[in-house]
Formats: sequence, C-alpha cells, structure tokens
Amino acid sequence: MVTLVLPRLVSFEGSGRRAASVTERNINTLRSMYWVVLVSGFLEPVLYLFSIGVGVGGLIGDIALPDGRLVGYAEFVAPAMLAASAMTGALSETTFNFFGKMKFMRLYEGILATPVRPIEIALGELAWAMVRGVLYSSAFLVIMVAMGLTTPGRALAMLPAAVLIGFAFGALGMTISTLIRSWQEFDLIFSGQFALFLFSGTFVPATAYPQWLRWVIEVTPLYRSVDLARALSLGPVGWTQALDVLYLVALLGLGLTVAGRRMTGMLCK
Amino acid sequence: MDSLIHARGLVKRFGDFTAVAGIDVDVRRGEAFGFLGPNGAGKSSTMRMIGCVSPPTDGVLQILGMDPRRDGPKIRAKLGVCPQLDNLDIELTVRENLSTYARFFGIPRKVARQRAAELLDFVQLSERGDSKVEPLSGGMKRRLTIARALVNEPEIVLLDEPTTGLDPQARHLVWERLFRLKQQGVTLVLTTHYMDEAEQLCDRLVVMDGGRIVAEGSPRALIEQYSTREVVELRFAAESQEPYSEKLAGLGERLEVLPDRILLYVFDGDAAVAEVQRRSLAPASVLVRRSSLEDVFLHLTGRTLVD
Repeated sequence: MVTLVLPRLVSFEGSGRRAASVTERNINTLRSMYWVVLVSGFLEPVLYLFSIGVGVGGLIGDIALPDGRLVGYAEFVAPAMLAASAMTGALSETTFNFFGKMKFMRLYEGILATPVRPIEIALGELAWAMVRGVLYSSAFLVIMVAMGLTTPGRALAMLPAAVLIGFAFGALGMTISTLIRSWQEFDLIFSGQFALFLFSGTFVPATAYPQWLRWVIEVTPLYRSVDLARALSLGPVGWTQALDVLYLVALLGLGLTVAGRRMTGMLCK
Repeated sequence: MDSLIHARGLVKRFGDFTAVAGIDVDVRRGEAFGFLGPNGAGKSSTMRMIGCVSPPTDGVLQILGMDPRRDGPKIRAKLGVCPQLDNLDIELTVRENLSTYARFFGIPRKVARQRAAELLDFVQLSERGDSKVEPLSGGMKRRLTIARALVNEPEIVLLDEPTTGLDPQARHLVWERLFRLKQQGVTLVLTTHYMDEAEQLCDRLVVMDGGRIVAEGSPRALIEQYSTREVVELRFAAESQEPYSEKLAGLGERLEVLPDRILLYVFDGDAAVAEVQRRSLAPASVLVRRSSLEDVFLHLTGRTLVD
C-alpha cells in the first residue's frame, strides 16, 4: 500500500520524483527481513516507558513541572521517550544504514549513474527515515493515549512535532555520516547519542543540574525536542516552543545542505 | 558527422595528479569505441567524465550535444553505465535490481516490470529472477549489471572493463550479448586491457598511456601501422637470449629481446624461420604467429609494469 501511495504523494516532476524513487527503493527492501529492525525500533521506547516511566516512576511518585503543577512520572517521561525515539529512528537510518550504503554497498554510485543527483538521494533517504519515524511515533502515541498519559487531541499535535524532530536529526545524522571515515567512529556517535538521551531533560528536569550544565543541555537538539514534545503533551505551549520549532527547522536546513554538498564532493569526484 | 561524444583537450586533475592530460575523442553513432591502456592510463577517469559523475577539470566535453556540467541528469537519462566493479543492490532480488533501477529513470512501474523480464531473458538470468544477488557467480553478476545498464534503453552504453575477472565461458557470453546490442544500433564505449576483447568488439579504439592518447584507429589499422604482419618467437636454450640478437641482425623490421625469448617482427614468418636455419642458429622452439593488437599495445605502452 505504502509503495503505491507514497511516491505519488510526492510525485512532482524532476527532483521530487527522483528523491521519491530513492525512498521507493528502500520500501522495496522491506520485503526482506527489514521488519525486524522496525519492530525493535518500536519496542525500545515502549520498554523504557514501562521500565523507567512506570517502574521507577512508582518509586518516585509525582514530579513538579516548571510552572509548579504536579504530574505522574510516567506522564513526564512519555513525551521525552517520543522525542528520543524519533531521534533514534532517524539517526539509525541516516548514520549506520546510510554510511553502509554509501561506503560499503556502494549503492549510491549505481544510483548516481542515473538522472538522480546527490541531494535527491539525501532527500529520499531522509524521507525514508521519516516513514520509519512516523510509524514508531504513531504506535507510541497510541500507547500513550491508551495509558491515559495524554489526550487524543494532544497526541495528534505531537505527531507532526515528532516528524519534525526526526527530520532534523535525520539531516544531522546524514551530515555526520559524510564526515565519518570508519565504523569505529560510530562508537563515538552512539556515546554522544546516549549522553543526549540521558541528560536532555528526559528523565530529570534540566533544572536539577548546575547552572553551567543547564546552559550546555539547553542548546542540544534533543533538549529542544523534548521541550517541544512535553509542552504539547502537558501544556502550556508558548514562545519557547516556537523557538524549538525554529531551532529544529534550522538544523534540518543546515544538515541537508551540508550533507548534499559533502556527498557531491565524495561521490562525484 | 553525427558525433555522440565529442571531447577536445579534455583534462582531469585530482589535486597535483593529472589523470587525463588533454585528450581529443569523437565517438560516432552506432559504433563500438574502445579505450585501451594499462592501469592508471586514465581510462576510468575518462569514462566517469563521460558518465557525467565527474566534472572535467578543463577542456570541451559534449555528450549527445549537451554539456555535462549543466545537463548532467538529462544526459545520464540516455546513458547506460556498467561500472568496473559491480555495485548491484544486495538488498534486492535480481529482478528488483532491474525494476527498481528503472524507477530512478522515472520509468512507470508497469513498463519497468516488463522491461526487467525482457532483460533477464536477454542476459539469460530469467531462472534466477527471484534470487538475491549475493549467491550469483561473477559472470551472472556482470550480466545483471549489463542488463541494468540497458533498463532505460540508452543511446550510449558505457562499459568499464566489462569482462575483467570472468572465466572464458562467461566472457564469450558477455561478448556475444554486447555484439547483439551493437547490431541493434546501440553505441558502445568500453575500456579494456584485454587485446582480444578490443579486437572482438571495437570498430575503433584509442590507446591511452599516462593520461594521453598515443594511438588511434581500427584494430587492423593499428596493427598495420605499429606492427608487422607476422611475429616469429624464438626461444634459445642458452641462459641469456642476448648474444643471439646480433646473429639475427637484419632479419625483419624490428627485433625485441625478452628474458626468455626473442621476438622478430617480420612480413613473412616462414621466410624468416628459413633464414634463421640458414644461419645455423638452433632455437629450442619456434613459433610463427600473426601480429596482434597486444604487440601494438606493448610496443606503444612499454613492457614495464605499471601499478
């Protein structure tokens, strides 16, 4: 079904069509064992939600939001898990998989012999990372609503936010992939990603840290993402969230530009 | 003249290294054109420039009347590329490799499926259509790569060393398919360092060495110009072949002493052998053969190993 609908939705002549053909190629690979990857990507945030949100949350009890309201710990953690899973999904597709396709499968060399251009490959891969991301996010939001952690209306507002978060991290991941030289360096990315996951106001409000660390934390992309998702889930939404959106859009634009340039430099020597 | 590929003073530099040092090439519609040369001669760099994936550093390059710097996607839509190393999609089946690739050209799904079936038939892989790429033999992968290069019904097919690494059966099958393409009017441009391949397939070729073109013409014309009609290979039992070169003086147009044998480039091989016997030199073995493109190639590019 997705094979039929998606490419048609983005079927502009030229660039859009060519980028969609790259996305379509990825959809075709789904017929193999790829669904295993998809299932694991969905399970991860759910496991965190249950073990930490519900399990550890039972010990912690309620937690105070910046405006003084008290919410259950699971309610506090759930939107952060949504943001984090959007990040993880986008990064795993655009770092590990993207790097492998570029360097080892030499997939893009073949594609570049066709009318498709490097920036269109980047766009197509990013769109694919988003297809994955939307699947994860939707499933997770359904669980949040079912557990009473947010309302259906708020969940609907969080879905486009999750898509934006995924797009921004996808573009970032792609840029990193074009800069990286070996598989070993991926360990660094994973460490960085894990540090973001732990400290971006996900499990503990950023106000719990010393002032200087708060500054560092508040400029990281996952903090901005968590802030956006949490505000949409628990309220209130204000100017800070407009800043979050702007930040993520800028990251997306920058990442995509750099990645497209670097790919042209590497593959079209 | 209908020149599909037109290059004048074409240059490709990578930093300080000059891969292609100013070449002039014209490829006409319907011909099979070859780039010959040892490793590092600049063949692949030239092919990548023609394939519009590598911008020329300097010079004029026109493909199908268009400028690769500006019209890359438009030109690539009409090219078929078979790279030196197979870069098939290992996550897809044999058939999907063709139909998915067709989609990159914007070919409708139905047509893509139909064409995939036809091409699998053309390269004799129909029975392996639903197999993954990985278990295929080298020859099968090469055939699939060639089929993939044809999926957009290209006007020009670029083949970078199409049969390197294949066993003789697979090579002959590939040659036969390429010959059929040529008969259908497809323009073929190929690189090779196999002389028999060039003689089999090419109407016209250029010999490249060190980024330059050192000779140009049909295989026959090149042999006539740079070699003699026949070659006599003499092997003497002695440790060194060198002392015999003096005794063979005046025989033939050119003489080449190799560590293990002496080559005499002559018009009439049998007459030369008779003369060798008259001078009562007794070689351990004698071979008279026709001059080949390999003789031309080694004469022009030298016997020194280039890596």
